[in-house]
Amino acid sequence: MKLTLHIWRQKNSSEKGHFETYQLDNVIEDMSFLEMLDVLNEKLVLEGKEPIAFDHDCREGICGACSLTINGIPHGPEKATTTCQLHMRKFKDGDEIWIEPFRAKAFPVIKDLIVDRSAFDRIIQAGGFISVNTGQAPEANSILVPKQNAEKAMDAAQCIGCGACVAACPNGSAMLFVSAKVAHFAYLPQGQPERKLRVLKMVEQMQKEGFGNCSNMYECEAACPKEISVRNIALMFRDYLKASCSEEKLELVENE
Amino acid sequence: MILDGKVPSGHITEKWDKHRFEMKLVSPANKRKYKILVVGTGLAGASAAASLAELGYQVEVFTYHDSPRRAHSIAAQGGINAAKNYPNDGDSIWRLFYDTVKGGDFRSREANVYRLAQVSNNIIDQCVAQGVPFAREYSGYLANRSFGGAQLSRTFYARGQTGQQLLLGAYSALMRQVGLKKIILHTRTEMLDLVVIDGVARGIVTRNLLNGKIESFVGDAVVLATGGYSNVFFLSTNAQACNVTATYRAYKRGAFFANPCFTQIHPTCIPQSGEHQSKLTLMSESLRNDGRVWVPKNPGDKRKPTDIPEDERDYYLERMYPSYGNLAPRDIASRAAKRVCDEGRGVGPTGNAVYLDFSDAIKRLGKKVIEERYGNLFEMYERITGDNPYETPMMIYPAPHYTMGGLWVDYNLMSNLPGLHVIGEANFSDHGANRLGASALMQGLADGYFILPYTIGHYFATTKLEKVTTDHPEFKKCEEEVKERIKKLMSINGKKTPTQFHRELGKIMWDNVGMARTEESLKKALELVPKLREEFWSNLTMVGEEGDLNIVLEKALRVADFLEFAELMIWDALERDESCGGHFREEHQYPDGEAKRDDERFCHVAAWEYTGVGNKPIRHIEPLTFEYVPLTVRSYK
Ligand SMILES: Cc1cc2nc3c(=O)[nH]c(=O)nc-3n(C[C@H](O)[C@H](O)[C@H](O)COP(=O)(O)OP(=O)(O)OC[C@H]3O[C@@H](n4cnc5c(N)ncnc54)[C@H](O)[C@@H]3O)c2cc1C
Ligand code: SF4
Ligand code: FES
Repeated sequence: MKLTLHIWRQKNSSEKGHFETYQLDNVIEDMSFLEMLDVLNEKLVLEGKEPIAFDHDCREGICGACSLTINGIPHGPEKATTTCQLHMRKFKDGDEIWIEPFRAKAFPVIKDLIVDRSAFDRIIQAGGFISVNTGQAPEANSILVPKQNAEKAMDAAQCIGCGACVAACPNGSAMLFVSAKVAHFAYLPQGQPERKLRVLKMVEQMQKEGFGNCSNMYECEAACPKEISVRNIALMFRDYLKASCSEEKLELVENE
Repeated sequence: MILDGKVPSGHITEKWDKHRFEMKLVSPANKRKYKILVVGTGLAGASAAASLAELGYQVEVFTYHDSPRRAHSIAAQGGINAAKNYPNDGDSIWRLFYDTVKGGDFRSREANVYRLAQVSNNIIDQCVAQGVPFAREYSGYLANRSFGGAQLSRTFYARGQTGQQLLLGAYSALMRQVGLKKIILHTRTEMLDLVVIDGVARGIVTRNLLNGKIESFVGDAVVLATGGYSNVFFLSTNAQACNVTATYRAYKRGAFFANPCFTQIHPTCIPQSGEHQSKLTLMSESLRNDGRVWVPKNPGDKRKPTDIPEDERDYYLERMYPSYGNLAPRDIASRAAKRVCDEGRGVGPTGNAVYLDFSDAIKRLGKKVIEERYGNLFEMYERITGDNPYETPMMIYPAPHYTMGGLWVDYNLMSNLPGLHVIGEANFSDHGANRLGASALMQGLADGYFILPYTIGHYFATTKLEKVTTDHPEFKKCEEEVKERIKKLMSINGKKTPTQFHRELGKIMWDNVGMARTEESLKKALELVPKLREEFWSNLTMVGEEGDLNIVLEKALRVADFLEFAELMIWDALERDESCGGHFREEHQYPDGEAKRDDERFCHVAAWEYTGVGNKPIRHIEPLTFEYVPLTVRSYK
C-alpha cells in the first residue's frame, strides 16, 4: 500500500519543530508500524538525509521505550497495543498518517519523536520501592498473598512506564502511572510498612516534575497499552488523604 | 595457556561456604573508599549495583537506555527456576545442579553451577520481599510450573512477564539507592572502551548519546553486565539495541572471550514474514506445556491444519522423545524442527515453520484455563500474525535467542584482567553449551545479588590499587582512539547503511554458523565476513553529526564491532570439532541425529585471546572435570 506520512521533525529541544511530509510506497501489511518507519529511515539515509529519531527497543510491547502519537492518539488507534505492536494491516492504501512525539510539559522533546521521560525515574526514586536490602528477605512462603490480591497487584505492576497516559491527558497528568506503582505495593503485605510514606513522596515528586492534575477525563486509561485501570487512581487518592493526616506526613514536614 | 578457574577445594556442597569464609573482607568504613563502575542495568547489573551500594561502596551505573528499566531483561516471559521444591515433586539443590550441568551438555564448570543452584532459593525470597507479584495458589502460597528440560515444576512466574517483574524489582532497589545518593546513574551513555592500566581494569570511555560527548570514568573495579550478542545474527529475539561492543572492546583490551560459538536457538518463535523484518518474536517456551508440536506426515501437504486428520500428523517431539515429549530441551527441539522442515514437511508460506497446536489442551481444560495461562501470548501472536491461535494452530520456527558464550571469568566472576568483573549473560556463564529455560534470570540475579557482592570485596581486600585519575595517559589514549574510530566512520562516504551491512552479516552467520555448522560452511563464513568488513570500512554511508544524537552513528559503531566479533565466533565454531548442546557440527552426530560430543578432545572451555583484527586469535583452554555429574551421553528419550 501507499501512505502519506506527516512526521514531526525537531532538531533539538531548543529549536522549533514542524511537520514534514513523506510518501512511502510498498508498505506491506505484515510490517509493524516501526518497521514501516525503518523502511522510510533507510530510504532517507540513502538519500543522505537524517533519519527520523524515535525511541524503541524490545518491539514486543514490554520495554516501554516506543512512544509515538499516531493520528492524535498515543500509541495509535489499536486498543491495548503499543506502537511497536501496531501492524500495518490496521491501515489501508492511501491513508494519511500524522506522527508526533508524546506531548506533555514534563516530557520535553529531545529530538524529532524522542522525548525525555526521566521524570518517571525520579518519581520511582522518591518512593516507588520496598526498602529491603539484599539478604534481609525472609523465606518466600512465609509471606502469604491471597490470590486475588496477587492478581490485582500484578494488574497494576504491568505498567511499562511508557508515558502514554501523560500524553493522552489534557492536563498532562501522571496519575495513572504513579497510582499503578502505589497500587501494586498497596495490594501486597510487603508493601504495608511504607505505604503512607510511599504515596506522600511519590505524589510530592510528581508535582515537582510539572505533571498536571487529574480531572477525571479517563483519557489515560483509554490510551494505556497495558489497560491499567483508573481505579488505581481512586485508591491512590484514598491512600494520599489518609497519609496526609498521618504521623508520616508530620515527620516529612519536620524533616524539611 | 591453561586457565585456572580458581575453584575452591573441598566437597562441592561445601565449596561456596568455605570460600565465603576464606575470602578477605573489606570493613564497612573502608567500603566507601572504593568506587565500582557497573555497565548495564539488566537483571545482573541492577541487582549488583543496588547490592553493592547497600553494602556501602560508591557505585556509578551506565546504560544506553533512557531508563534502567528498559534493559532487555524486561522482555523475559516464562519464569525463573529455583530449587524450593514447593510442589514436593522431588526437587533439590542437587537436582537443579544436575539438570543444569546435563542440560549444558557437560561444558560448564561444576562448582559454579552448584553455587547457582544453592543461591537460587535466596533469589525467590529476595524478589518476594521486594514485592514481585509472582503467581499464587488460592491458599496464598507461591505457584510453580514446569519448563523445557525438566521433569518437575520448579519455575516461578509472573504471568507471561516474569522478566519484567523481576527487573522492576531490581530497578526499584537500584533507584532507591540513586535516591539515597549512593549510586550515580548515567543514562543514554554507551560504553565504547575499557581502560586497562598496567594490566588492571581501571575505567571506561563512554559516549553520551544525546550530545556525542566522549568521557572517561575511573574506578577501582569495572563490572560488565551488558547482556548477550544474539544480534550478531541480525534477526533474533533480542531487543534492537542489544550488541557486543562492551564485551568485545574488553576482549580487544586483553580479556579472554570464552566459547563464543555457544549460542542458543530457541524453538518457539514467530517465523519471519518478509525482508522488512527487524526482529523475531519469542513465544514463551511455557506454551510447550500445553501445546503439541506437529507437522504433516507427508512432505508438501498444503491443506489447512484443521483439515489434516490425526493419523496424517507427525507429533515428532512426542514420537522421538517420549519421556520429555514437547518439553525436550531447546537445542534438541530446535534441531528437530529444522530437520522436519528440511525434509519438506514444514508449513506456512515459506515452509519454514511447524505447528504448535492447542486444540487438545482446549478440549481437555477448556478455553478459559488456556486463556488464563497464555492469554497475553495468544493476543501477541494474533497482533503480529493476524491469526487466532484459539482456532488455528500457531506457527513457530527456531530463532537465535541467547548466548552462552561470553567473557571468561573465574569462580569469583572476575576475568583474566584483574578488576574486570563480568556478570549475567555477558559472561561465559554456567549454562555450558545449552541453557535450560528459566535459568538466565536465575543466573543474572544470582551473580548480582548473591555472588559478586562477596567476591568483589575479596578483590579489594587483597589488591593494592594505585591511585589514578582520568588524566592518566592511558585514559587520554583510549579517548583519542574512540574519537578516531568515530571520525573514521563519519568520513567513509560510501553507499550502504549500517543496517544493510548488519542484515548481510546476519545472513552469513545464520546460513553458515547457525543451527547446523560444518567445516565447509565455517570456512566459507571465514572468507565472507572479512570481505564484508572491508566493504563496511570503505562503503558505509553516514549522515548527521558526531556531536549530536545520531542513531546512524550509534548503529554503525555497534555493527563495526559485530563485524569483527563474528570472525571470533567462527574460529571458535571451527576449532570445536565436536557437537555439544547448541553447537551442532553436522560431521559429529549419532545416526538418530543427536549431538555427538568428543570428551577426549573438547571437555574444556575455549577462551580466546585477541591478536589483532583479521588475525587468528590464540585459543587457551580451561579443562573441565566432572566429579559429581558423571559424563554421559545426554538423553531425553
Ligand atoms: C524474549 C526473551 C525471553 C526470555 N525469557 C526468559 C525466561 O523466561 N527465563 C529466563 O531465565 N531467561 C529468559 N531470557 C533470557 C534472559 O532474559 C536474559 O539472558 C537476561 O535477562 C540477561 O540479563 P542481563 O542483565 O545479563 O543483560 P540485559 O538485560 O541484556 O541488560 C544489558 C544492559 O547492559 C546495557 N548495555 C549493554 N551494552 C552497553 C554499553 N556498551 N554501554 C552501556 N550500557 C550497555 C544495556 O543498556 C542494558 O541495561 C529471555 C530472553 C529473551 C530475548
Ligand atoms: S499507566 Fe499505562 S500508559 Fe501510563 S506509563 Fe503505565 S503502561 Fe504507560
Ligand atoms: S519497543 Fe518496547 S514497548 Fe515498544
